[in-house]
Amino acid sequence: MSTFETPNSRRPASEATRTALWNDPVKRGIILQCALAIFVVFVIWAAHSNMLANMKARGLVFGWDYLGRSANFAIGESLIPFSAQDSYGRALIVGILNTLKIAVVGIFLTTLLGISLGVMRLSTNPLLSRLVSGYIEIVRNTPLLLQLFLWYAIINSLPGPRQAVLFGPGMYLSNRGMKVPWIEWSPALWPMIWAFVAGVVGTVILSRSLARRRAATGDAPALWPFALGLVLGLPFLASAAQGFPATFSVPALQGFNFSGGIELSPEFAALLTGLVLYTAAFVAEIVRGGIQSVYKGQWEAARSLGLSSGMLMRLVILPQALRVIIPPLTSQYLNLTKNSSLAVAIGYPDLVHISNTTMNQTGRAVEAILVFASIYLTISLLTSAFMNWYNARVAIRER
Amino acid sequence: MKNWLMGIAAAGAMLLGTTAANAGRDLDAIKQRGTIRCGVQGPSNPGFGVPNAQGVWEGFNVEICRSVAITIFNDPTKVEFVPVTSQSRFPALTNGEVDILSNNTTWTLTRDTGVNRFNFPAIVFYDGQSVMVPRRLNVTSAKQLNGATVCVQPGTTTELNLADFFRQNNITFRPVVIEALDELRRAYDQGRCDVFTNDFAALAAQRTLLTNPRDHVILPERISKEPLGPTIRQGDEELSNIVAWTVFALIDAEEFGITKDNVDQVAATNTDPRVRRLLGVEPGMGAAVGAADPSYVRTIIKAYGNYGEIFNRWLGPTTPLALERGQNNIWTNGGLLYAPPAR
Repeated sequence: MSTFETPNSRRPASEATRTALWNDPVKRGIILQCALAIFVVFVIWAAHSNMLANMKARGLVFGWDYLGRSANFAIGESLIPFSAQDSYGRALIVGILNTLKIAVVGIFLTTLLGISLGVMRLSTNPLLSRLVSGYIEIVRNTPLLLQLFLWYAIINSLPGPRQAVLFGPGMYLSNRGMKVPWIEWSPALWPMIWAFVAGVVGTVILSRSLARRRAATGDAPALWPFALGLVLGLPFLASAAQGFPATFSVPALQGFNFSGGIELSPEFAALLTGLVLYTAAFVAEIVRGGIQSVYKGQWEAARSLGLSSGMLMRLVILPQALRVIIPPLTSQYLNLTKNSSLAVAIGYPDLVHISNTTMNQTGRAVEAILVFASIYLTISLLTSAFMNWYNARVAIRER
Repeated sequence: MKNWLMGIAAAGAMLLGTTAANAGRDLDAIKQRGTIRCGVQGPSNPGFGVPNAQGVWEGFNVEICRSVAITIFNDPTKVEFVPVTSQSRFPALTNGEVDILSNNTTWTLTRDTGVNRFNFPAIVFYDGQSVMVPRRLNVTSAKQLNGATVCVQPGTTTELNLADFFRQNNITFRPVVIEALDELRRAYDQGRCDVFTNDFAALAAQRTLLTNPRDHVILPERISKEPLGPTIRQGDEELSNIVAWTVFALIDAEEFGITKDNVDQVAATNTDPRVRRLLGVEPGMGAAVGAADPSYVRTIIKAYGNYGEIFNRWLGPTTPLALERGQNNIWTNGGLLYAPPAR
């Protein structure tokens, strides 16, 4: 039997707390965090005072008063009414909305196209998979700006408004964009909108109850006939009850351009096409990687259960592949949003475009850049927060 | 948290990275560097500033900068030409990337007095905003353009005048706004816009680059006043004097009939004291302006000729731009060019 005792066990309790600071993980952590915080504050302070000093040396003043002044320039397309008398602040909001518009539509279409391409790339049909891989390599490896110029030039080489192509009742395609008829807004449309909302809510509730029933009994009727009836039928009934109050605004050539209907502008179309085709090539590769990361045994097991290839993909492979796909997919969404600032080159009035003009007309370069940098940061952080939440949902839940 | 910190650090790096302020006088800095940095329209503006086959810049605005270089250094090659766009020009001037803009910048109240604080020592070109339309549209007045799509450059007075004009006439338009002049012109050429608007001279220059220049007309109306001239930062009176009296010398030379070919002969034989002072035969003007050489005017005229010669060489009737002298004639010929007396 040993009579030795370890030094620690002999040390009185009070001495144990006298461990050197750098050996105590808790205190070390606090000190490092404080040092880092002080450093960060210092960097911000230095940047701020440096900025003010530089601005002062050039006789500039820092301030946000310009946001309230009248902008005096016009904007080509806007989701909210905007005229030249409106303020720079409102112009900025137009820019933010235009950026969000391209980001949301772009992300939606990129996801659809990217997943389809990724799955096609894995097809056993050599023609299909080679074609897709050729597409991916070409699109991925040429500069996006070049592609945007190409799309813009292609769209602008469509015939002029007087020679517009009629491709459907009241639908025109010309180098002024695509014009299609659209419902003219009136308050009588509210019941229809509420019926639609009710239809969507009803569908969600029904889908949950059907899922419960399927889990309990193993059988339940298909959802889609009910969903269709609720989402489309309800608004239709609501509208019929009022005697179809909706009137359509149909595009018609008037003077130089078409008026009426809604429009897909050449700038938006070129930017959307360019961004979606470019980003989808990256997404396709991510999806392919994700699917290939699922262990072969899973495929075999699913097939041996007799699942159809659609069900195999939907029920077995994709849920596992998503865990690998989501994080890099988030980066692609952020890339798409930020790449949309290339809009400047082809004249789509996005956030950067409007900020540049504002900067030029007011001379407030620092303010304008701070504004658009922080807006991009906010949009990106929100996108990533959402995707992280979704990622946590699809991640393996260890029980 | 980590992302947040990284973001702040990146922003900090960006802000810390800005160049230190110019403490000294602009002219001292130019002399110390040995060259003057001249901002011209990039990638090019026919007639006003274009790099030739050897990559050497030439044109109306270019010769204005070279003349200023002769005044400062007695050497027209001591100029660095920096292409700037309509949007990058003011930050470039404010930050000291260029010392002088010679790129058809309009003298306006906000630019002279506002946040930017610039100086416009002299006007070298009197222009006005015009609109160009395809001939086949049969438009004769800008007031018939209700509902038209208009190609316009951002960050210009043009963009503001356009909105003002349509508002004032109670008609609407739809802008297509592209910064790069080449891209904008291409969009117009392809028919994306019904109208291309810019200063008259700039439109004339752009028209030469269209697929079929003859299919396009520039309407006679001038919807604004656009006095164009070299632009410098405020706060250096000496540089301001040098730029102003270089331009005035070109105008005076034309008024006195001094040309590239006869300048030496005039200097030797002319007895008019105003001419002798201008050409440095009787000393005084060079030193007062702060020129490197008392006979700087003679050197400039020998190199490029008087205002009229420079105008005709790059913009006049024999060039593709085919501009009339019009307002840009000297006052004795019914134009607006008028230099203060050099005494």
